[in-house]
Amino acid sequence: MSHDTLIDDDLYRQIILDHYSNPRCHCRLENPTLTAEGNNPTCGDEIELDLQVEGGIIKDVGFVGDGCSISVASSSMLAEMIKGKTVNEAVKLAKTFKARLLSHSATASEAEETFEDVDIGELEALDGVKDYPVRIKCALLGWETLLSALNQTPNSAKEG
Amino acid sequence: MFDQELFTRVRADFPILKQTVNGHPLTFLDSGASSQQPECVIEAVANFTRTGYANIHRGLYSLSELSTRRYEEARRTVAEFIGTDDSPTVIFTRNSTESINMVAYTWGEQNIQEGDSIALPVMEHHSDLVPWQQLALRKKALLRWIEILPDGSLDLDSLDKALSYSPKLLAFAWVSNVFGTINPVQEIVRRARAHGPITIVLDGAQGVPHLYTDVKKLDVDFLAFSGHKMLAPTGIGVLWGRRKLLESMPAFLFGGSMISIVKRERSSWDVLPNRFEAGTPNITGAIGLAAACDYINSIGRDKIREHDQALMQYAIDKLNDLEGAQVLGPLDITQRAGALSFYFRGLHPHDIATLLGREGVCVRAGHHCCQPLMREIGMMGTTRMSFQVYNNFADIDRLCQALLKAGEVFKSAVCSPECAGRKLKVMVQTGHHQLWPTCCANAACPSSKCSSCDVAPANRALGNTMDSCAPMFNTPIIDLKTKKKP
Repeated sequence: MSHDTLIDDDLYRQIILDHYSNPRCHCRLENPTLTAEGNNPTCGDEIELDLQVEGGIIKDVGFVGDGCSISVASSSMLAEMIKGKTVNEAVKLAKTFKARLLSHSATASEAEETFEDVDIGELEALDGVKDYPVRIKCALLGWETLLSALNQTPNSAKEG
Repeated sequence: MFDQELFTRVRADFPILKQTVNGHPLTFLDSGASSQQPECVIEAVANFTRTGYANIHRGLYSLSELSTRRYEEARRTVAEFIGTDDSPTVIFTRNSTESINMVAYTWGEQNIQEGDSIALPVMEHHSDLVPWQQLALRKKALLRWIEILPDGSLDLDSLDKALSYSPKLLAFAWVSNVFGTINPVQEIVRRARAHGPITIVLDGAQGVPHLYTDVKKLDVDFLAFSGHKMLAPTGIGVLWGRRKLLESMPAFLFGGSMISIVKRERSSWDVLPNRFEAGTPNITGAIGLAAACDYINSIGRDKIREHDQALMQYAIDKLNDLEGAQVLGPLDITQRAGALSFYFRGLHPHDIATLLGREGVCVRAGHHCCQPLMREIGMMGTTRMSFQVYNNFADIDRLCQALLKAGEVFKSAVCSPECAGRKLKVMVQTGHHQLWPTCCANAACPSSKCSSCDVAPANRALGNTMDSCAPMFNTPIIDLKTKKKP
């Protein structure tokens, strides 16, 4: 589909809308080694993130959940970006992205440390979210869930 | 038709509406969350603060006596507003939530025992759900849920079933804060009382601001409502209760003002209403609430109802004319008050509200503090506009224009308006086990491209039940509500 005639909105950039309408890795994994649930209590958005980590490397990622375009697009980008990365690289990316979005907000004190060597790539498209304080939580939902997944001890026996 | 001239004057009474947002007029359609205040309420509070304020009750000087008199006058005004001349049965609280918690922690603690039933509609706001749920957990009591019909109204058969458990308590909202549906209070109360002794709590948060309120006619035992949804300031609400019940209840908060005699080992409590108003209350808030009641009376509550109905009809008609818009709840305006939820072209309510907000149009999006209801209708949320006396047709026109603009932004991400509208309708009507709509099942729809994973095609089965859409896809589908494959 041609995007030439479409408005490239400050917040809703075409790349975000593309991830939203065709989320990558949008499924549960058969045998995740780590899994975590996240939700945004102010709006009810939910995500379940599955990771398959082997030898410190994230071999596969899957997520399902209900959410707005910002939270789905951000989670979709997350899935695409962390696949193949080491756990340590994924954590650094998550922290750097968090710091970037929170840099102008009132909650800046919570901001994570930034890692100079991290390339945030496509995530730059989410910069527009900074102007919408309530939506920052949407953009960070997947990333917060990732951090909580990586903080737990691997356990494939998840309740059904 | 309502008195246009009157309501043009009414709108001019609200100073906040004169401001602009990003160059657009402020279009305030979120009064169901909290309403704006007219100049006379702002002035009543300011004037009292400037000239009449002191702590109430025990002050032995004229200013305190004046303040006490004004506070009790405010209580009488509010009592009259809800149809009672027994003003001590009007307890000032912070809001509906506090009022309901007060009943749960006093009457509830005293009367609910292990194995007792509490009947509750699934459509309740968290403020009229969590207090009862927690009471039930503390007491090992059982919640008996009253379901809703696909049009968002209360299922009276389900009510009868809940009543068959002989619940000790029935709590329900007068008006749904999501659908704007008016629950038939008198019919519900009649059925409940026909079953046997029962205590009935009415959550009037969305009802009292829009509907003529007479506690005698409502025939409930408790009525809770908030000032800030009916043109008064925040921090002032009301619990009205039958005198006999209030007098039988243990105190809620302990401290000053609510006592009669305090000894080292024990104390006794003051009479109504003081027993339930421990500590210095929100005196200025009460003055503001009384001023709001006076203001509403000065417009005329029948005229306010006509105005709300006219806006409701206009909004329903406008949305029905808009491709891909779908009104939730009954289309019969006489069954509605104040609030109207809708879907638009499969856009997530948050995205709609953000885009509308840029155009100065304030609406609410999300679960509206009704997560169990949202789960029931298989949605994560809705977009809701809600009205007050200051709204006009132009507000609704601006909302519709902003919706069209939002649709443009999302043109590439959602299916055609035609598909969304049609499928959403199906979804609303089926009521159970729907799938979250990011798109629709129409193969001709530009967004219906296939993807390799399970959920994406399921997303396209918008509006269909799990069973009916299963054969439509090669891959297994997942119910996003239960996360299970059929």
